This record gives sequence, structure tokens and C-alpha cells, in this order.
Amino acid sequence: MRIALFVTCLNDALFPRVGIATVTVLERLGHTVTFPAGQSCCGQLHANTGYPGPARALEQSTEAAFAGHDVVVSPSGSCVAHLRAHTRLPVYELSELLVDVLAVTDVGARFPYRVTYHPTCHGLRMLRLGDRPLRLLGAVRDLELLGLPEPEQCCGFGGTFALKNAAVSGAMLADKCAHAVATGADYLAAADSSCLAHIGGGLARRPGAPRPVHYAEILAATGAGAVG
Amino acid sequence: MSTRHPPPGRQLPIVAVTPFPRAAAGALRDAQLRANLGRATRTIREKRAAVVAEVPDWEQLRDRAARVKDDVLDRLPELVDRFTRAATAAGATVHHATDAAAANAVVTDLVRAQGVDRVVKVKSMATQEIGLNEALAAAGVTAVETDLAELIVQLADDTPSHILVPAIHYNRGQIRELFARRMPGFHADSDDPAVLAGAARDYLRRTFLAARVAICGANFAVAETGSLVVVESEGNGRMCLTLPDTLIAVVGVEKLLPRFVDLGDFLRLLPRSSTGERMNPYTSIFTGVTPGDGPRRLHVVLLDNGRRRVAADPVGRAALRCIRCSACLNVCPVYERVGGHAYGSVYPGPIGAILSPQLTGQDAGHNATLPYASTLCGACYDVCPVKIDIPAILVHLRQTGPKPAAERAAMAWLGWTMRDRRRWRAALRAARSGGRPLRVLGRRHGGRLRRAPWPLSAWTTHRDAPLPAEESFRDWWHRTHDS
Repeated sequence: MRIALFVTCLNDALFPRVGIATVTVLERLGHTVTFPAGQSCCGQLHANTGYPGPARALEQSTEAAFAGHDVVVSPSGSCVAHLRAHTRLPVYELSELLVDVLAVTDVGARFPYRVTYHPTCHGLRMLRLGDRPLRLLGAVRDLELLGLPEPEQCCGFGGTFALKNAAVSGAMLADKCAHAVATGADYLAAADSSCLAHIGGGLARRPGAPRPVHYAEILAATGAGAVG
Repeated sequence: MSTRHPPPGRQLPIVAVTPFPRAAAGALRDAQLRANLGRATRTIREKRAAVVAEVPDWEQLRDRAARVKDDVLDRLPELVDRFTRAATAAGATVHHATDAAAANAVVTDLVRAQGVDRVVKVKSMATQEIGLNEALAAAGVTAVETDLAELIVQLADDTPSHILVPAIHYNRGQIRELFARRMPGFHADSDDPAVLAGAARDYLRRTFLAARVAICGANFAVAETGSLVVVESEGNGRMCLTLPDTLIAVVGVEKLLPRFVDLGDFLRLLPRSSTGERMNPYTSIFTGVTPGDGPRRLHVVLLDNGRRRVAADPVGRAALRCIRCSACLNVCPVYERVGGHAYGSVYPGPIGAILSPQLTGQDAGHNATLPYASTLCGACYDVCPVKIDIPAILVHLRQTGPKPAAERAAMAWLGWTMRDRRRWRAALRAARSGGRPLRVLGRRHGGRLRRAPWPLSAWTTHRDAPLPAEESFRDWWHRTHDS
């Protein structure tokens, strides 16, 4: 299948390894990935911060960049939710594409670590990803999945909320990090690099805490090497 | 009267006098508050989830209730008129108040006409919204709150911090101490909830028996029959609704329902969403006056106070579907950590963040900071019994509200850069080379930045910051796939 990748602005600039992992998984499964170069940002940041004009322009430029593509995939729950609400693009979050469209849960990955999974708010409540990411992780060889306490609680990122309401965001982050540490996992996985940048930045200050990782990176792994 | 804002010094209790971020940061420092709130909200949201899961047609109930409320908002003038005629025919007197000052004036005059200096009150958000107790006090009338939690708040000279459980920020030890100081005749040395409730019961019973005027709100007002419906848990409300000669109800116009049969769905939705009960303990439905039974005079004050203006906003109007159940407060991760006072309004939490700024206009006080008091996590929308898409309205209010000039410029520049592939690629390369010295600094911290200057210090105060990658994704793609 020909699949167009919407890598997201954040992954493009800060976390290219998440885009690379997405390409790796899909190519390993025998699919052809394309990367339309006209893409940048879906407009979510502007829309949610209160700037409908620039948001609309970015939604339109994203729609134009992917015109004519039948299947678009993105490793970001919140960007997919935004594009689905504001464009007509046939866009899937990675776990939706793998489980629903390509009908695979075992992508041939091996990851010999203990992993806990945080279901990010957009994936949980807007896309209703349900257990798709967990089914994918459950099929990874040698991976031990550990339950996260109060998984459905928001991590406190919320885009510019993290700056505008820094104190509340920090308090929510502290609770999320404490829950992650309590699992004793090696890695905390999630479906959104933005939430992971926030949670990971908090975990980095806590000794013995799990390392943040996008679940696509786990799906791309085949050896014993650490990721993230 | 047509003024929207009260005179200076008497700010409406739905106007935030402090920006939310500052008020919230203050509340976060109160460890006792956080412990009280965390315990209370966790208990109530687990109870709610359990009883909602029992109802197989919950989603259909929500859909129907939302439709009924939207229909009410579509034809407010017609339903106000129908209610007025039906209630009047049943022996009530209906008043129409455009704003808080007008409503307070009507009620104050009615109380004065009875020649009393003390009234009893049923818990009511509408009277909280207009600051009725303060207006009555200015006229020399003492209003005694009879809902136990409202009484606690009143005795403490405090303000409510939750719609349903206004004293949620107190624990029992604090309440015993408060009763000992402020409740006439209190002399128990136990903080057993049953003992505290018993003391309040003794105190309130004396008050009920002496009261000649009661003031209430209404959860629903049926246009077809002119009936009012008061939903409560303690029975204190029913004492107020039945004992005094004169009853004055202050009711927001959005509380109207077209037909009596519409009540059924709402009486199933409300208790499960609010208290986590299957059925509400005391539901009082009354229509006009009945000789020899209950009050001899019933006055209904239908309150607008910005509602018709909100109803004209195609996105924001859904906030008026609210039936004040508080489910959104109990699941909100922001509310759970900062409590109700941080919102600067008697309407706190997610619903308050969309209701207060709409009722007052975003130019009132610091109400424009309220739509940002959310991560848009969506937990509130999931539990709302009338399906108010609170995150969508928060975003709508952010898009229509005032914004700082520097942020406006930065967001415009970012949008301009991102919507052109050449500019975006140049920006990525600039970030990469600009990030090079930072990456050297960040080596000690796993490739992350521990301390950044203002304004990014807002980020690094609480967490390390990620740094631009040495090679952007598109450069990697170009190198590996474009040849």
C-alpha cells in the first residue's frame, strides 16, 4: 500500500526518530511510504491557543500537501484528531492504520524491556484509540507491559497551557511522573511526542524513572538496543 | 435597568478579580486543600462512574436531553411567555429581571413588603450568581443558608468552591472548629459527621420554624404547567418550600423545559451525574399556590443576566444546557488540584470557565483568563449529561477573546513560517544550528536543556526542554529516500 506520512512539525524538528520509526515499521511490513514535502504543521497549536486565522491557513496548506493521497498516517494522536475535525484528509493515527486498515498487531518487533503505556487524552477521548496501541505493544517479543496507575488522568501538557498555567501543569506532571516511577518500568510509552516531551522532561529529573519513548520506536525495534 | 456590571466595589460573584494562573498557583501551595479536594473528587467520580455504567441507554438519554435544551434555547421568548401565563394562572406572580441588579431589587422589595429582617434560603446557584445575600444584607435583611454545605460556607464568611458541594474544601475537623466558633448553641467536641449534621439540624430547625419568607432557585421550570422543580438531598429545601408564607424563586431562563414529560430524562440524568445516586432523595415539584397547603404567596423571578446574549452565540450557547450537576468539576484534573476559588466565580471548574466569561463578557475582570484554565483533555465532555462540548467552547472563547500583543506577533510569525515549505525548512535548519551550542550544554542531561531564560523558563522550571535534533526528519528523508 502507498502510505503518505504526516510526520508533524514537532517530530520533524525535535523528534525525527519518531518519524524514522514510523517509516521503518511500515517499510518492514512491505508498504511504500511517501513524504509530501509541502507539509509542516496541522494548525492545532494556533487553533487551541486562540488564533483561527493562522490555524485555517495551516489546515489548508496541510490539506493541499496531501491532496490525492488515499491513506495518510501520522504518529500523533492530537494532530490526527485536529486534521480529522478540520480537514477532509483520510488520515489515520499509526495504531489505527496498523490494526484497522492493515489488520496487523504483530509488526515483527523485539524489545526486551519493561514498558508502561500512558494513553494520551486525544488518543483516548477524541480518537477513541482504545486498546489498539496496547495490542501492538502486547505482540512485541520480550516486552513486559506494566499497568500505569490512573492512566486516564491528563499529564498536564495542554500545549500553551504548560506555559500559561505553568504551576498547575507542573503539579499534574508531578503526579503523572510519580505514577510512572511507581510502575518500575524501563520505558513510558505514548502516542504523542508533545505529551512525551513534557512527561519526559519531568522524568529526566527523577532518578530511576522510566525513559520516555514513542510507541512507534518500540514497534521499529528488532534487537536489544535501547531507544529514546 | 440595562447596566451589565454592578457599580464599582460590588463586583458580581462571577467576575474573577485575579488572573486564573496567579490564583491557581496560590491554591496549589495549600497542601490541606489539595488533600481535601483529591479525596472528595476521587470518591464522587468513582461513585458516578459506577451508577452511570448501570444505565444501558445513557448515551441516548444524553442526546435527548441535549436536544430538549437546544430547543429551549431556540425559543426562549416563547417559553418564557408560556411559563409566565401558566404560573400566573396557577396563582404565582412572575417577574422578569434583565440583570443581577434588577433581580436583587425585585427580591429585596418583596422581602421588605413582608416586614421581615430574616429569610431562609434553599441552595441556589442563581442567587449566588447575582450576589443576592449581599444585596439583602445591604438592605438590613439576613439570609440564612439552609443547605448544610452552604451553611458551612456562610458561617465561615467564605465563598462556595464547588457547585454541588460548596464546602468541598473543608474537612470534618475544620467544620467542627468552625461550628464551635460561629454556630449559636453548638457544644459538641466530636467531628463525627453524624454529630456535626445533628448540630446543624437543631440550629436549622429553630430557623425554619421562625421563618416567614423563603428564597429558592429551581433546577427546572416547566413552561407547559408553570411548575418549578427543586432537587435536593437533605430535605432542608422542602422545609423552606413548605413552611413559610411567602416563597420567592429566582430562576435563570435557561432552566425552562417545554413540557412536563421532559422532566423524566433529566431526573434520571441529574442524580447519577451529580451525587452518584440512582434517584434523588427530595424532589419538590410545585405549581402556583394552593390554599391551605404550602406558601400563600409565590413569586418567580425569571433571570436573564446575559443568558439571552449567550443563547445568540451559535457555539457558546451550549453552555446554557448546563443542569449544574458538577460532574465536570469532579473529573477535571485542573479543578482537582486548585479547587473552586481559583476560578474567581461561583461557577468554577470547566463549566465555570465557559459560563462565567460568557455571562459577563470577556472584558469583565480577569474572566478572559478562564478559557485557558484547561489542557483540553476532554474528560469534562465525556461525563457531561447534556453533552456540552466544553473543550470546543473553551477554544471558541480563546479565539474570540483578548490576547497579549507579543503572543499575537509570535503566533503570526510562526504561522507565516510554517505555511511555506521553503521558510519552514530554513527555520528548521536555523533551529538546528542555533541549537548546536545548547546541545553541548544539554549533554550532561541526556540531550535536554535543564535551564532556559524567560519566557521559556516557564517550561524549564518544571521539566527539561527538548533540543532541536541534529538532523530534521525531512533532511533525513531527503538523504535516505529522495535519491
